[in-house]
Amino acid sequence: MTDVAIIGVGLHPFGRTPDRSGLDQGVYAVREALKDAGIQWKDVQVAYGGSMDGGDAEAIVNQLGLTSLQFTNIWNGCATGGSSLSAAHNAIKAGAADIALAVGFDKHSPGAFNPDPASLGLPAWYGETGMMLTPQFFAMKLQRYMHEHAISVETLSLVAEKAFHNGSLNPGAWRRHALSREDIASSPMVCDPLRKYMFCSPAEGGAALILCRGDIARRYTTKPVWLKAAVVRGRHYGSFEVYSPCIARELAPSATVTAARDAFELAGIGPGDVDVLQLQDTESGAEIMHMAENGFCEHGEQEHLIRSGVTAIGGAMPVNTDGGCLANGEPIGASGLRQIYEICIQLRGQAGKRQVPNNPQVGYTHVYGAPGVSGVTVLQR
Amino acid sequence: MKPIDPGLLTGLPSKPSLLGSRCTACGEHFFPVQKGCANCSSDDLQTVDLGSRGTLWTWTVQRFAPKPPYLGDPNSFEAYGVGYVEMPSGVKVESRLLGLGEDDWTIGMAMQLELEPVVVQGGATDLVTYAFRALRKECCND
Repeated sequence: MTDVAIIGVGLHPFGRTPDRSGLDQGVYAVREALKDAGIQWKDVQVAYGGSMDGGDAEAIVNQLGLTSLQFTNIWNGCATGGSSLSAAHNAIKAGAADIALAVGFDKHSPGAFNPDPASLGLPAWYGETGMMLTPQFFAMKLQRYMHEHAISVETLSLVAEKAFHNGSLNPGAWRRHALSREDIASSPMVCDPLRKYMFCSPAEGGAALILCRGDIARRYTTKPVWLKAAVVRGRHYGSFEVYSPCIARELAPSATVTAARDAFELAGIGPGDVDVLQLQDTESGAEIMHMAENGFCEHGEQEHLIRSGVTAIGGAMPVNTDGGCLANGEPIGASGLRQIYEICIQLRGQAGKRQVPNNPQVGYTHVYGAPGVSGVTVLQR
Repeated sequence: MKPIDPGLLTGLPSKPSLLGSRCTACGEHFFPVQKGCANCSSDDLQTVDLGSRGTLWTWTVQRFAPKPPYLGDPNSFEAYGVGYVEMPSGVKVESRLLGLGEDDWTIGMAMQLELEPVVVQGGATDLVTYAFRALRKECCND
């Protein structure tokens, strides 16, 4: 089977860039990735990209050049970036291209997302009566989880404190001011038990990755990052996912559990081998739940692991070393690719003040999106 | 008085109860009424009464005004509860919760369905939706 390597990565800083459109931020990220790979736009043979509010991703070719390449627009909620990456990975695996691009960008207005219920096959009243909001879902999944697995409210603050500390070490992060656990615990309640500084915000940004057939990767870089698995999985019957007017009688594991299990199996690598990881942290409880859903610990163990610093940059299981969604915000199209960008930078040893020590060899990323799509990757130096 | 969706409730106005679907092939229950079974793929579903009482499975409070399509006026927004209530069939239905500030919501507590006027911008309407409130002890003699 063909190996796939990431040979170039590019990022437009996340946050707010008033004078630059979402699409321009996507173009910026692609130019950075091309430069990083030492190739030109005309060398890219197939592209996948997505954006929710920045226009069709394909429109970047107007600036980059019309080279007749096949460009497929991807839309998969917050898992759009992970889905673009998976499609690019599969194209190379299938022998359809030697060099592929995965790109995402976005520019959201402030405030929680407000999709049209009909676009997700849901009745109008579900949105009209105020039940179709992602923060509610995160809060309710977490409330149940804390009840079942004895996770404390204080641990929610510790996760956010770590995120903003890591953000303060990352010159590309949106929120670069460290916040104390007291600041976080006294911020306004948004959706109980989650407070303002425990949530990420919709934002802007762009991210791009250049993928390449493994046997020619070293023509372009001395530091390829091997994409050992890129798996996207959807909802199971019985899993508790966002935008669900009902949940089945008997619960099933989330899409994340299956995606993680399948990815580790494909990669021939286990959670214990991972040196640095990115887990979807749309709010601090999500990071906690996703640690266990992705197989990095048992349910309930997070309380002890987080308190003992295991998930900090110097810990045994560093999570969201760039500050994650909490410190970077979430431009939907780009967010899942930002996670992979960060792991590549860490595996190459280029992460500066936030560098994980001891030459990390294996990385992992996990993105989660509406209405219950999970995209994970296993990456190796 | 008119339900916000004609397929949502039965027993109006005095004994409101939630309508849902039961799959005739696998027996699973759904809310609201569905056209296909998410469990076994059957398209043979019957509309059933899911009941008006259940237990609270999880909950939160919506403390900021949602954007449209929420119908309420952001300028006169008042926080409201949201939760999932486990019905006798085992299906958990998402619902607004009544009694914020009066009841301490805890997982496992008994809940009773009520009708709630739909709050809209620019004044009153005759639209109602369903909501659950913690079951009062004095009301539990039936």
